[in-house]
Amino acid sequence: MAQTADPPKNSGFFYQKYLQVILRNLVMILIAFLLFGIILLLSGKNPVLSFRDIFRSTLGSAYGFSEVIVAMTPMLITALAVAFPARVGLINVGAEGQLYMGALFATWGALTFSGLPAWVLLPGMALLGMLGGGLWAFIPGYLKSIGLVNETITSLLLNSVAPSIVSFFIFGYWHAPRDTSTTSNFVKSARLPTLFGTRIDLSFVLAVVLLVLFWLFMKYTRWGLEMRAIGGNSQSARRNGIPLKIYLVSIMCIGGAIAGLAGMAQVSGYYGLLLANFSIGLGFMGFLISWIAGGEPLGIFLISFVVAVIFTGGNLLQLTQGLPYSVINILLAFTLFIVLARPTFFSKRRRS
Amino acid sequence: MPATPTSHALPGPMVSMRGITKAFPGVLANDGIDLDIYPSDVHALLGENGAGKSTLVKILYGFYRADSGSVLLNGQPVRIQSPADARKFQIGMVFQDFNLIPAFSVAENIALFLPDLKPVIHPKEIDHRIEEISTRYDLQVNPHALVSQLSIGEQQKVEILKLLLSNARLFILDEPTRVLAPHEIKALFGVLENLRKDGYAILLITHKLNEVLECADRISVLRTGRLAGTLTRREASEEKLIAFMFEKSLAGLNRHAHAAARSDRPPILRLTNIATHSLGAQVGLEDINLDIYPHEIVGVAGVSGNGQKELGDVILGLQKCSQGHKELFGQEATSWSIGRVRQSGVAFVPENPLQMAVTPYLSVLENMALTRSRLYARLGGLRVDWGAVQADARESFVRFGFSVPSLFVPVRSLSGGNLQRMTIARELAFDPKLIVGSYLTRGLDLQSTLSARQALLDARQAGAGILLISEDLEELFTLSDRLIVLSRGRIVGSFLPTETDNYTVGRLMTGAKV
Repeated sequence: MAQTADPPKNSGFFYQKYLQVILRNLVMILIAFLLFGIILLLSGKNPVLSFRDIFRSTLGSAYGFSEVIVAMTPMLITALAVAFPARVGLINVGAEGQLYMGALFATWGALTFSGLPAWVLLPGMALLGMLGGGLWAFIPGYLKSIGLVNETITSLLLNSVAPSIVSFFIFGYWHAPRDTSTTSNFVKSARLPTLFGTRIDLSFVLAVVLLVLFWLFMKYTRWGLEMRAIGGNSQSARRNGIPLKIYLVSIMCIGGAIAGLAGMAQVSGYYGLLLANFSIGLGFMGFLISWIAGGEPLGIFLISFVVAVIFTGGNLLQLTQGLPYSVINILLAFTLFIVLARPTFFSKRRRS
Repeated sequence: MPATPTSHALPGPMVSMRGITKAFPGVLANDGIDLDIYPSDVHALLGENGAGKSTLVKILYGFYRADSGSVLLNGQPVRIQSPADARKFQIGMVFQDFNLIPAFSVAENIALFLPDLKPVIHPKEIDHRIEEISTRYDLQVNPHALVSQLSIGEQQKVEILKLLLSNARLFILDEPTRVLAPHEIKALFGVLENLRKDGYAILLITHKLNEVLECADRISVLRTGRLAGTLTRREASEEKLIAFMFEKSLAGLNRHAHAAARSDRPPILRLTNIATHSLGAQVGLEDINLDIYPHEIVGVAGVSGNGQKELGDVILGLQKCSQGHKELFGQEATSWSIGRVRQSGVAFVPENPLQMAVTPYLSVLENMALTRSRLYARLGGLRVDWGAVQADARESFVRFGFSVPSLFVPVRSLSGGNLQRMTIARELAFDPKLIVGSYLTRGLDLQSTLSARQALLDARQAGAGILLISEDLEELFTLSDRLIVLSRGRIVGSFLPTETDNYTVGRLMTGAKV
């Protein structure tokens, strides 16, 4: 049985705490929707109908629900790519670029080894994707570890470089005969299998497994302990003999590798090909989700879900209510603001 | 009540605290304390860590609110609910770590604190006021100097000036002598004497008995949250105060039959011509030659900020040397990583444990495991054996004669003394061969100080070499087999403790020629 450094917990209290967290988040989302309703009223639309459409199109049917899962999958992975380095105090704003590089490397694998069977090709592509993202994150990680440049700036700037590299390869070498902005469709063995006859693919399972592993890793392992020590006070961690530089570089690379995996999943699962500028801010969305969730796996899952509902439902609003797609950004912004304001609805427990 | 013909100008107390009680979760910090503070009186508050001294003065200064009890100002009950209230009632406090803005000049720092600061500041007028007060009380500092460039002693002067200019009548000083060199302590006592003559009241927290007997008119001793007694200077003696502080008398140090350090054996640590670059406000080391042999305690005296931190960091491997080399246990170790240095048996108690030794939001137990995480790792690191950590942690606290704190609370909630004890217990537990201890007993009460010193002597007996960095000369003279003095990054003196005295070392520490 695994022991932890926590004192024995009263399980009743434990559940009560989680219940409170979930309840609190629900109230916050409710407020966001109320504010959004006011905006809709001001623009002369019926908010009740709009909300009905959002929920009916996402949670109201099996198909809608599966689309929400599809939309949340890359967010889960990129949020993890941010949350993991955040535990040692690294701010990885570069998930977007790492995702592109992962997609690039995985695509190279898919195009070059298209003759291999799926059980070799897919793991190979995953590894290549992780390699691409990891190498891309190595640059800011290494520069940080030698004390030259802050990783926030480097990783952010590299975000605009990576899509250009991807475009270079597509336009220059890999484009399909009739379309210069995409590659040809991948062969079947380079496609992630889908589940339940929907568009949900294997990467969703992978994302959930990674989140659980992340939680276990931080809580139980020696490296998790040392990472928490670095995140809490890097100076003392260093003095205590924890190899700070090695940790910083390798954790940044692991974060990048996770983002690269999200890129691989996008090209191998969602699109089935590589196209220029395929991701519109998946990495940034992951960054936001991770920070809103405080880097906690359960929070990442819940917030990704909400964001995915808003995105997926918003797509439909322009059809049913004649609203421009950008209104959904207003709702999203309200949600983010309210979550970040962290209002307290329940009186805080007195310290006992 | 007939006025006794003492030095008191006024018969009544300036401030009276009556029945002050304050409970924190799990501990009664103050339990019905009565205290009278008179004008023209230096009142010392004496007690061990956790006796409730800080809590009591923080209640008086409005930082905490008492659960019950009252404060009377010149006989009138008052409610002090915030430091702003306290300042309104002319009560001022100098904190242990001071409260100055380093990037501001002395005058700016003082101006910020003035109760009557005008919307448009007249720097000349403020300079003038500073000058007037500072000459009167022997507190000269350059009003235009940046606080970051002042010594600790000068910063303290600025703090006292601040209070004087803000019209405080009662000065609360929290361990003011902790960071001062001997002659600076003397100067401080001179200032206190002047203040006393002019009718100010001074409440002084300390746990150094000799200082109390030197400067206080009235001494109150707290023990576990209660007032053990109040004595006037005439009634007080060291034995009486100790009896008040502890119900039992303290055991002395067991110095062992001292096996003399043998310089014919290879040294544990050898530094040859070490120099470091100085970055920013850091001091660079220059030309450091130092050997530490088994069974030896080498004391390092010096005013803090003269290269002590850098010396420790060079030994640990945190700071690279620009010149010279380092040998550990006879092996060339100049480029060893910190992890390797630690694993070879070097223990390190840094000067500021909260910043340099622990991760504040992790629990005591997790922090205890940090330096030996490899040892406690199971399944190749997938699991940490917390049961073993717990057993070892408890054992080491007990072994060093410290009470065991709760192992599951975050370290940031520990008091300074508990944190120091935890760091010592963690670092000394596994019989290190070289101990680098900076200000090892800082913030510890007498009992824990004795335990910590005993632990050092026991380690020496077992063959360890010890580098003891301290500003407490009494401690250095008690423990050291050899004494070196650091000033501006150089070793400016090396003595046997029997060859020298406080004042020679004190003068070397502050850069004066002997």
